[in-house]
Amino acid sequence: MNDAQMIQTDLGTVLTREEIRQIDAELAHVPYKAGAAIDALKIVQAQRGWVSDESLRAIAKHLEMSAEELDGVATFYNLIYRRPVGEKVILFCDSVSCWICGCDAIKAKLSAKLGVDYGETTADNQYTLLPVPCLGACDRAPVMMVADDLITHLDEAKIDQLFADVKAEDSVAGGEQ
Amino acid sequence: MEKVLTRNIGPEQTPTDLKAYEANGGYQGLRKALRELSPKDCQAVISDSNLRGRGGAGFPTGMKWSFVPMGDSCTPGHKYLVCNADEMEPGAFKDRLLMECDPHQLIEGMILAAYTIGADISYVFIRGEYVVAIERLRGALAECYASGLLGENILGSGFSLEMYVHPSAGRYICGEETALINALEGKRANPRAKPPFPQVSGLWGRPTIVNNVETLCNIPHIIDRGADWYKTLGRGEDSGTKMFGVSGRVKNPGCWELPMGTPIREILEVHAGGMQDGLQLRGFLPGGGSTDFLVPEHLDLAMDYNVIGKAGSRMGTGTLIILDDQTCPVGMVLNLIRFFAHESCGFCTPCREGLPWTRQVLQDIEDGRGQLEDLETLAYQVKYIGAMGNTHCALAPGAMEPLQSALKYFRDDFDRHISGGCCPYESYKAHQHQHQQIGTGA
Repeated sequence: MNDAQMIQTDLGTVLTREEIRQIDAELAHVPYKAGAAIDALKIVQAQRGWVSDESLRAIAKHLEMSAEELDGVATFYNLIYRRPVGEKVILFCDSVSCWICGCDAIKAKLSAKLGVDYGETTADNQYTLLPVPCLGACDRAPVMMVADDLITHLDEAKIDQLFADVKAEDSVAGGEQ
Repeated sequence: MEKVLTRNIGPEQTPTDLKAYEANGGYQGLRKALRELSPKDCQAVISDSNLRGRGGAGFPTGMKWSFVPMGDSCTPGHKYLVCNADEMEPGAFKDRLLMECDPHQLIEGMILAAYTIGADISYVFIRGEYVVAIERLRGALAECYASGLLGENILGSGFSLEMYVHPSAGRYICGEETALINALEGKRANPRAKPPFPQVSGLWGRPTIVNNVETLCNIPHIIDRGADWYKTLGRGEDSGTKMFGVSGRVKNPGCWELPMGTPIREILEVHAGGMQDGLQLRGFLPGGGSTDFLVPEHLDLAMDYNVIGKAGSRMGTGTLIILDDQTCPVGMVLNLIRFFAHESCGFCTPCREGLPWTRQVLQDIEDGRGQLEDLETLAYQVKYIGAMGNTHCALAPGAMEPLQSALKYFRDDFDRHISGGCCPYESYKAHQHQHQQIGTGA
């Protein structure tokens, strides 16, 4: 962002002109501005990767609602990130069908390979690992998503293959089987 | 058997575009309705067909629609039709297939539903993780707007409808229809108190119908070919076909369109190929993670709403989750309760506080720290958390269903965990072993 793209607000927080354009397009569909709260959070997150406190305050001001109320919405939804995430978010399914098909062992392997547990981001900022409600691909369990890609029929070899480029120093050495 | 819902879905599961959809009879139901049926006629056909909601509750669709105020009895303003495409029930994977492979079938069903209830705005509320379905639905919507099937004055009928694909920001509870409406309004997705029911006061306080993907996919065929035809499709007491699925350690897990009333044994043994070698069937959840366990003695029951209900469970989503004899039933219930405790919206106390308590008791038993009194505690929790009316919505009672039936059918397994001071299942031990290696290996 450069200054020309920014609109200053009294809290020192900013939305870009493009973000405001997209949010205002959503406002056409709702009877009052706070009705577009989730859309606005997603628009800003799509641009910035996550929703910082500053971003949150800027959105709240634009939607004429309190930052606290907007944070109540933001923190409710698991696909709104209130902390920074890596380049790619891994959504790991640990619901019942994947569990029956051995996802605990895959998760352990994945955590060891990347050196992160749920809620953590790899040292090189490439991946954030998060659990997700059943991904609706139970006939191909175990499954996970890496960014927008659904990866099915997971096994330990597939984890090795998918993350072959992850540097050894980023992983927990003792976790290798 | 005649394929209805999956007639455009081949083994390669390639998406069906507008041209291919229309070439195979697509949008004939819509053309027929706009040409010769009033909204009232459409509602009557759907009521006569005995179509029941495919999202899990099995409520008669025609009756649901009949509660929407029509004509002079409705105050001026918008009415809304919402497709619940927030498929997140553990073990359910049927709507994904319908949306990814035949998006126009859903759109046609939605246009017909909107026409019937007089809605002028419609949404596909779809979970954000379904990126392929979102993309294909948006592509299909664009085709419809370009062809006069959506927008102002559809096919010259005077009926107008706007349709939007609305990806959700997550959370299981959004599948509850009033929670979904709150999410559409940009709020936290806490379920609403009923009444008022959404049919009268839903999105932005206006009449709103929320229907499941599979339910809506049935509509074009019923309108096109009639209620009597539809009733002949079922093998038992319920009408139509159903997307049935099987997951777990079977030879051929998958999702198939079969007649309503197909026996469970046929779904499991013929379509899913039976258990994997070396495994025996121990039990199954007939319709997703919030349904009661059934056991091998129930295999010859027909998958009909009332038949499964009488056996003490629910047909739910129609997607079976199989428990084999080498998977720990306590561990499986723990996994489910952990899910539901995590997905509680936190609004009401029995769910917010009760489910984590249940999870802790089960975790203790699974880890070998259980006491005999814990089983009394679980029974107490089932009684009070599981009772409809003690909670604001059906999440917590649903969560108790697999637990209460596990206590009934797999009581010995709970006892063995407690008396032996550990989980007796090798698979679980292997998982634990691996966890420990990672935890201590660095």
